[in-house]
Amino acid sequence: MKVRTLMLGWEFPPFISGGLGTACLGLTKAMDRLGMPVIFVLPKAKPVHLSGGSVPVFESDSPGGYAFRNVQFRPVAAALNPYATTRSGTVATVAEDLTKANLPDDDLEFGEPGNYGPDIYAAVARYARKVLTLGLTEQFDLIHAHDWMTFPAGVALAAQSGKPLVIQVHSTEFDRSGEHVNQYVYDIERHAMHAAARIIAVSNYTRNIIISRYGVPPQKVEVVYNGVEHQNGSWSGQRQTWPSKSDKIVLFLGRITMQKGPEYFLHAARAVLEKIDNVKFIMAGDGDMLYQSIELAAQLGIGNRVLFTRFLRGDDVRKVYQLADLYVMPSVSEPFGIAPLEALQHDVPVLLSKQSGIAEAFRNALKVDFWDVQEMANKMVAVLRHPPLQGVLRSEGRREALKFRWEDSAARMNEIYHQMLGVA
Amino acid sequence: MASVCFYFQVHQPHRLRHYTIFDSGTDYFDAYKNAEICRKVAKKCYLPTNRLLLELIERHAGQFKVAFSITGTALEQFADYAPEVLVGFQRLAATGCVEFLSETYHHSLSFLFSPDEFAEQVTAHRKLIRDLFGQTPQVFRNTELIYSNQLAQAVARIGGFKAILAEGADHILGYRSPNYVYEPPEAPGLKLLLKNYRLSDDIAFRFSNRHWSEWPLSIGKFAQWVNAVNGNGYVVNLFVDYETFGEHQWEDTGIFEFLRVLPDEILKHPDNDFKTPGEVADAYEAADVVDVPHLISWADTERDLSAWLGNAMQQNAIAELYRMEQTVKDANDPDILRDWRRLQTSDHFYYMCTKYFADGDVHKYFNPYDTPYDSYINFMNVLDNMRSRCAAARPAAASATHIVETQAPKYPRRRTDTSVTV
Repeated sequence: MKVRTLMLGWEFPPFISGGLGTACLGLTKAMDRLGMPVIFVLPKAKPVHLSGGSVPVFESDSPGGYAFRNVQFRPVAAALNPYATTRSGTVATVAEDLTKANLPDDDLEFGEPGNYGPDIYAAVARYARKVLTLGLTEQFDLIHAHDWMTFPAGVALAAQSGKPLVIQVHSTEFDRSGEHVNQYVYDIERHAMHAAARIIAVSNYTRNIIISRYGVPPQKVEVVYNGVEHQNGSWSGQRQTWPSKSDKIVLFLGRITMQKGPEYFLHAARAVLEKIDNVKFIMAGDGDMLYQSIELAAQLGIGNRVLFTRFLRGDDVRKVYQLADLYVMPSVSEPFGIAPLEALQHDVPVLLSKQSGIAEAFRNALKVDFWDVQEMANKMVAVLRHPPLQGVLRSEGRREALKFRWEDSAARMNEIYHQMLGVA
Repeated sequence: MASVCFYFQVHQPHRLRHYTIFDSGTDYFDAYKNAEICRKVAKKCYLPTNRLLLELIERHAGQFKVAFSITGTALEQFADYAPEVLVGFQRLAATGCVEFLSETYHHSLSFLFSPDEFAEQVTAHRKLIRDLFGQTPQVFRNTELIYSNQLAQAVARIGGFKAILAEGADHILGYRSPNYVYEPPEAPGLKLLLKNYRLSDDIAFRFSNRHWSEWPLSIGKFAQWVNAVNGNGYVVNLFVDYETFGEHQWEDTGIFEFLRVLPDEILKHPDNDFKTPGEVADAYEAADVVDVPHLISWADTERDLSAWLGNAMQQNAIAELYRMEQTVKDANDPDILRDWRRLQTSDHFYYMCTKYFADGDVHKYFNPYDTPYDSYINFMNVLDNMRSRCAAARPAAASATHIVETQAPKYPRRRTDTSVTV
């Protein structure tokens, strides 16, 4: 039987250009291809990011640039940004007036007047109310919620509808905030984990955190790895050479925030520069540690060797991958890590933090404990100095990246759905 | 007449310690780990099996014979870490029923890269065996049974050998059986003994595999297979890793019991006996010339060199190593030379193999590294230090110190009539 899922998801790239949006897009497309019927609740906002101009809102028939056939979208006005941190001093996104003529008119309420303000907790509760309203008129067999901001909505809807809830944990508060977790967020996560019928973790690394830090019985938690979108060669083609490029390039591409370990990258960079000098380090991204990182590079005396590009879009991303000799993911705690797979698709070998989900699943990569700055530098230098090492990592890594397919994740999801409902 | 010819390979490499670009010491090898492993294998394998063989040899009063090939690197480590093992081998030597074979001292691939180095290592090993066991080896086996016509010719030129061992690979035998003695082309005086890989691997690999159709391998069944050779051949060449007994096949598989009753069971058939490789070469005429123009080995299903030279990292590392030969020898420092030779041990390159890495099977061998990449990085960091050391010892031979990249890899100099099939 075809299980009809009500999915509480997230905006697709380019609106949300982090793991969560990418994962939702990849998973939903794959589910669509497998013919799995999904009602996808999409929180729509017009966020004003701290770092740049506003993102244009477009309404199209093909969210994420794909023509869905089995997935229907239900936009819900919500001022939610999964990458807003809840630590004091940072501001959740500020939503503008949401009365927009180009949003589809249906029974949902849009555009509550005025700003929502930096009140994430109220935003989460409002979103949940909207989902409950929506849920009254939709037909579905189960609810699938992604990450903590949608969990209260999922739990409430499960109670209202009597349908089972599966929550997918793409990250936990421990990943995002280290040991100083926000109690409110932790409580939401924990409550949902206990209320849900099943929990899907994106790695064993995350599954272990769920079991040990949230008091969840192990048999309730499944692991389904993320995939990566395969462009079937449209990104490969001719790898551009840069004849004027005399320096090696080591790339950090991601949010510049505590979770991603930017300071470890910079300390390793300094150690590398003790040994070789024809190398530059690129930090491509934005985040709450951006200015701190710029200062740290200066303090370490490597300011002239570290380039901060801020957030890169579109073709710039491709170009920076083509320049790079090595991609480094020095994350302090990474539930999965799709970014290295994308790097490998662009023919860039990767060095991964062992404290990540991808490290457990992937073989043809260099791995290091995020805190082991000396070893990180040791491995960086090795790749830059030895073309054969770089070559084998590149070719074997690229081949292995092909094994991570969203279709496999979606198929496994389907099995879990069927198990939950006790049907064939 | 079926002569069962046992040869056991005994080897331990000098494993490297974790060596980063920030390290500058000349202590490249992990003494603690090597000692630990040596003692562990001694306890599980070398000591009990040596004792068992001694017992069997004495019980059968000259009818049970075996051969060993023990590498120089293993003998050095026994002397340092487990001298009782050495004593055991010496006792076995004293029985007169144990033959010691010749190989490269450092279990190296030097034959492929430096004929001079190869000859030096063979000579050094022979001398060590003579000193320790009172025997001058007359039968040669190359590292990992790597073999070709050219190897046989090189060994014949070194002189003093009557036989050479190789893998009885199907593609060189064709319809022929490994149970006969052969000879290589144009290597006068040398006989060629080919491993019966089916029967050897039955003991070495399949013995404890419950999914094997012939499991459990009773001694009766095995003896029957050996007996079946009568009339179809003269020898059953069982060439196995000594660690089969107790380490690859644990004690609880019954491997020691199997070995304990084997001589009796084989000798029940009046036409059977045990011979060492040297005795086999003396006893039987060569049935045919076996032509091996391309290099073969006893490794994996391919029986080629891909386990050590299959990827760019391996080829680069070994090329860089042998490129240093003259620099190392010019430095005129015995410590540098000793370390350079220890780096030649084939295991270092085996650890860099990516062949089965994707499937999660890190070769059946014990690999001290997490990934083949870690092994390459470690090895190249050590080589880098070696280069600096040589430069310090002989400033005239120094290479430019600001170079950060190794040059484009020079692939092994092809011997004109041998292609390295990888």
